[in-house]
Amino acid sequence: MKHILAAWMRDRPGVLNRVTGLLSRRNFNIDSLQVSASEEPGISRMTFEVSGDDRTLEQVRSQLIKLVDVTRVESFVQEAIVKRELALVRVAVGPEERRQVLDLIQVFEATVEDISRTNMLIQIVGREEKIDSLIGLLRDYHLLEMVRTGPVAIVRSAVANVEPEPALEPARDTWQGGGV
Amino acid sequence: MHFSPDRFRTTAPPRRITGSEMIWDACVTEGVSILFGHPGGAILPAYDALAMYEADGLLHHVLVRHEQCAAHMADGYARSTGEVGVCVATSGPGATNLVTGIATAQMDSVPIVCITGQVPSPLLGTDAFQEADIVGVTQPVCKHNYLVTDVADLPMVMKEAFYIAREGRPGPVLVDVCKDVQIAEGEFRYDMEVKLPGFDPYPASWQDALAQAADLINTAEAPLIMAGHGIHLAGVSDVLLRIVEKAEIPVVTTLLGTGNITETHPLSLGMGGMHGEAYANEAVQACDVLIALGMRFDDRITGRLDRFAKQASVVHFELDKAEVGKNVQPDVAVVGDLAKTLPALEPLIHPNTHAEWLASLTDRKLSSAGKDILTFELDELVPPFVMRQIWSETTNLRDPGDVLVATDVGQHQMWESQYFVHERAGQLLTSGGLGTMGYGVPAAMGAQMACPDKLVWAIVGDGGFQMTMQELATIQQEKLPVKIAIINNGFLGMVRQWQQIFYDKRYVGTPVLSPDYVMLAAAYGIPACKVEEPGQVAEAVRAANTTDGPYLIDFQVKEEVNVYPMVAPGAAVDELIRRPHIMQDHGGVVPAF
Ligand SMILES: Cc1ncc(C[n+]2csc(CCOP(=O)(O)OP(=O)(O)O)c2C)c(N)n1
Ligand SMILES: [Mg+2]
Repeated sequence: MKHILAAWMRDRPGVLNRVTGLLSRRNFNIDSLQVSASEEPGISRMTFEVSGDDRTLEQVRSQLIKLVDVTRVESFVQEAIVKRELALVRVAVGPEERRQVLDLIQVFEATVEDISRTNMLIQIVGREEKIDSLIGLLRDYHLLEMVRTGPVAIVRSAVANVEPEPALEPARDTWQGGGV
Repeated sequence: MHFSPDRFRTTAPPRRITGSEMIWDACVTEGVSILFGHPGGAILPAYDALAMYEADGLLHHVLVRHEQCAAHMADGYARSTGEVGVCVATSGPGATNLVTGIATAQMDSVPIVCITGQVPSPLLGTDAFQEADIVGVTQPVCKHNYLVTDVADLPMVMKEAFYIAREGRPGPVLVDVCKDVQIAEGEFRYDMEVKLPGFDPYPASWQDALAQAADLINTAEAPLIMAGHGIHLAGVSDVLLRIVEKAEIPVVTTLLGTGNITETHPLSLGMGGMHGEAYANEAVQACDVLIALGMRFDDRITGRLDRFAKQASVVHFELDKAEVGKNVQPDVAVVGDLAKTLPALEPLIHPNTHAEWLASLTDRKLSSAGKDILTFELDELVPPFVMRQIWSETTNLRDPGDVLVATDVGQHQMWESQYFVHERAGQLLTSGGLGTMGYGVPAAMGAQMACPDKLVWAIVGDGGFQMTMQELATIQQEKLPVKIAIINNGFLGMVRQWQQIFYDKRYVGTPVLSPDYVMLAAAYGIPACKVEEPGQVAEAVRAANTTDGPYLIDFQVKEEVNVYPMVAPGAAVDELIRRPHIMQDHGGVVPAF
């Protein structure tokens, strides 16, 4: 299961390193990660998606909050949030295909940021699936280059947004490890 | 005198001093009097400033022979006093040499502050001579760390470093100070408040869970306490004892929890886990409520997790929320400082008796311990006998409360935990989480520096001793009266035991040659003797205990002896391999090894 979390952290040198280092050494599976400023000066906000059961989610939360620079961690219920992503896509389109691509872009409410005789730079903002489908369609042309931000998320209203402490499943049930 | 004593009050007026002086002013104000370290180029300004503090008798620097040992000594100092230990190293290799000691302290929640010199800030990132990104290197193995590139930050960083190391679940903090920062002048004050919005050392919402915990404990028919390092860290072994006696609850400890309850107490079952006694592990598998206090369900105590105490409801008292549910999901979790939660639990616990449960434990105990743990083959020098003799000879002479023991890692470590009779929490200093060979001697030295009136024994293997034996020179230079017992079995014994049991006796890389330790000690001017027969043990131990100053004993023990009981990795804690002669008594098959 995918969980989306936000972590707020003091904007200190190396803080990103501390967070990503912790996630990797604790063997958490991170699907996307995005860092930006928050509304509070000096505090950055990281949005990331982690795969795993509720137990993993709870571990991620409690390990993250132990970092001295991390001031707050929250996980969100998918339905309660607005989640957006931005992608920039460069496609090779000559004059003869331009019209088709522009139609496509219009349907997706994407925009053309740059255009030349041989290619076009497209920007799209929206939910992950919407971006996936536009990119899928653009692959019919020659997709030259692409960059995506990964999702950022914010709750719809100020109340009832945070996922309750999850009810936990039983402990990891196999253990073969150990050494001298 | 260079300094007026008033200078080291927290509220002393601000003054302009160098970064180097800031480091030492902070240390002295924090109550530090001993530093373990090794100098080098990038920390030289700080060492130079240290002269004044040493001259005034405020700080004493112990020169180690390898920085790993500086960290272990700071660790031994911290474990034996509960105060923050401090170690110092230069940049690059000095700093990287600390890493094993830092990781050891992190795994066992030991508060130390490590101060390292760093190349001048304009050279950072240029691969300058002896530059290493020690903040990057140690990030995964310390509680927090700092790189200081501006002298204006240094006072607050020092204050935070001690605060973070000490408060909450303790741990190591590293402060890496650029050389130009040590030289620069700035304003120093120490009366500021530490404000760390992301650091919540003592979670406070445990009250509701407490009543549920008390309910479970009060209605249990076969309750069992599993007491870990947290009891000692919180200083609540007295509260533990009162609860245990009031409700008649037996206690199993973890390795770092040894002595949480006096091991001669009728309700003490000793240590559980991989090399715990059979009856202790059987109790874990038979109890109906398992009350885990200040411990983290490490795999050495749980064995195979999906078979661990499955019959029991679990109540977990723990300060670190991340430990709750990490390995074992409790039915009730009381997340908070045991110094608060345990005293609050005490009045909620009803006086109780558990005659039937205790009788069943006594049966289990008699069927193993009576003959088991105290039966020695006296025609040969076997390590368990040596251990018991060191303990009894030493406590004949000194109050057990005055004795500290540090061990290295391996078979001798497990034998120590089995055959010494720990009287109180914190009596044993051992690397439990990281299992660091080489820890024993420097940890004993740190403890001896901190507690000059205690009798400190280091129990070490021939393998591990050779990892840090260069510190014999430091022992002599500091005139430390530590007593060293080398359990010399000619092998990296614990690994050999695994090779014997799991790898068909292929002893690859485990036979270990030793120098003549008596001659080695003599080279350092340390009195020593060799023990080859059981009859010589008591006298040698007496000689060590009555010699003013250090003493070393080379116990040339029988080579291929194994530590039992043993829970094989991947096995449940009650599927243990018993001691061979006990299996015989029970009509069992004596294993071929
Ligand atoms: C630094 C380090 N390296 C390797 C190990 C793995 N190890 C665990 S116990 C052990 C053997 C220790 O031998 P010795 O010090 O002679 O003690 P003995 O087991 O013989 O009592 C080894 C190699 C370790 N724990 N620490
Ligand atoms: Mg050995």
